[in-house]
Amino acid sequence: MAQQLAIETRGLTKRFGDQKAVNSISLEVPSGSVFGFLGPNGSGKTTTIRMLLGLAEATEGEIKLLGTEIPKDLEKALPRVGALVEGPAFYPFMSGRNNLLRIDAADRFSDASTRIQRVEAALDRVGLHNAGNKKVHAYSLGMKQRLGLANALLKPRDILVLDEPTNGLDPQGTREVRNLIRSLSAEGITIFLSSHLLSEIEMLCSHVAVMSAGKIIAQGLIEDLRNEEPTRLILKTDDIDAAVETLKANGIGKAKILGDQITCEVDPALDVASLNAKLVSKKVSVKEIRLQRSSLEEKYVKLTGEGFEVVR
Amino acid sequence: MFAKALGIRLFLSELKVMFTRRRTWAMLAAIALIPILLAVAVALSSARLAPGEGPPFLVEVTQNGLFTGFTAMMLAMPLFLPLTVSVVAGDTIAGEAGLGTLRYLLISPVGRVRLLVMKYLASLVFILAGTFTLMIVGAAIGAILFPVGPVTLLSGFTISIFEAFGRMALVALYTTVSLSGMAAVGLFISTLTTVPVGAMTATLVTSGVSNILGSIPQLEWMHAWLFTYYWPYFADLLRAPIEWGSMLNNIVLQLGWIAVFGALAYGRFTTKDILS
Repeated sequence: MAQQLAIETRGLTKRFGDQKAVNSISLEVPSGSVFGFLGPNGSGKTTTIRMLLGLAEATEGEIKLLGTEIPKDLEKALPRVGALVEGPAFYPFMSGRNNLLRIDAADRFSDASTRIQRVEAALDRVGLHNAGNKKVHAYSLGMKQRLGLANALLKPRDILVLDEPTNGLDPQGTREVRNLIRSLSAEGITIFLSSHLLSEIEMLCSHVAVMSAGKIIAQGLIEDLRNEEPTRLILKTDDIDAAVETLKANGIGKAKILGDQITCEVDPALDVASLNAKLVSKKVSVKEIRLQRSSLEEKYVKLTGEGFEVVR
Repeated sequence: MFAKALGIRLFLSELKVMFTRRRTWAMLAAIALIPILLAVAVALSSARLAPGEGPPFLVEVTQNGLFTGFTAMMLAMPLFLPLTVSVVAGDTIAGEAGLGTLRYLLISPVGRVRLLVMKYLASLVFILAGTFTLMIVGAAIGAILFPVGPVTLLSGFTISIFEAFGRMALVALYTTVSLSGMAAVGLFISTLTTVPVGAMTATLVTSGVSNILGSIPQLEWMHAWLFTYYWPYFADLLRAPIEWGSMLNNIVLQLGWIAVFGALAYGRFTTKDILS
């Protein structure tokens, strides 16, 4: 049986004027995954999310969200979806608690008899219990972000669509949100996490898609993507020649030498300890030896380009 | 279940948001100030107006305080009440879009048509609150500063104090109906933008334009179609017997404007990409 997909798009396109903000993308988000949606600013992530949630209409293509067609059966899917889209937004003149009560009252499928309990539980879960009666205009950005998460957690959800959920949070807040996402994922909720923070995606996600200029340029298990980049051996020594000789004898070639440092691409499974022993037995004085695992960042920069300039 | 189907909870929630805002209360306070200013000014001045001088009913105010509300309505109807209506109606959708709360309402999911209808109904509640505030404060301040007694109507007929209160309520309802078409225009304009101030201004402009068209005699053929046409005619309720014809025509006219601009708002809002 094919793996169940929480989100599936085919040829999804959004055109604004003559520019394609999203250009025929085919997303496949497996159920139960923590799916990282990566891409530089302006690459079309938020537009994609807006289409997934029925806020914007696709120019072309199909969307299936939790097995239902969007936008045809939008209202069937949405009650099972919690979302934080492009930052939190609340009525500044109302308290955090009243804001949540308001949004829940707007939900035509929510149960009014459990509303207060659910709002309290959501506030608790994001650590806003004590600030619930404060007006939102007195909230810091981090508190608003938490309130946004509380809003996404007002009901039991099957999928959470989180657009930059740690934006504006301090390090503790970021950690807490990360833990929250992990615990939600452990409950079996699919997490669709859009971010441009690589470290965050790397820490949390099982799957990833990389978007650039409206297209998906890579998608799959995060491990697979990372392993497409080489692992490097870094060796520091004063006996460069002897060291290169020994490496060659062990099948490691193409050494790049810079000062006292040798760098070469190796098999990720290389046994560094035994290599070190061999080097030492050849009287090579090893100052430092280590493997540098490929990082997602390397892959990402390779895919999306180094440039700081906005692509379009 | 019943409450859910009718969206009563959403409606109450709309009202809660509206009446949590200081702006709403400030506007109601400003409306209340109109009869107060009027009554105090009349009470402090010793000059006696010749009949026909100043706004209608002004002479009557000194003789019977209960006229204060009617006179204040005459003053507020052309500009001040429409101003508050444009603020509320222009804010309906554009305000939510501007705050960003619109996207969260829609994915909650609220249902676009449902939201539109509740927003419109809530703006009607505000108009009702405004017109009643004006009439009630008018009667109160009039009773404090001037003698109060049975009211002599325009046609010379006299009604009891009790009946006069009934007429006041009718005037408040009549003017609410008069402004309901404008509120629908504001609702439509509000779906066009994410800048609430823009929608408010544009809505106010439509009432200004309507008033100007209504004062050009060469365009008389269109006058009866303008949503401002019946604005001054609440005075018809101060005759005996009451001229219900004007009330009825006004209702039909306003329903027409609500139908047209409600449909436009529906057409626009249900197909709109929410990018705010």
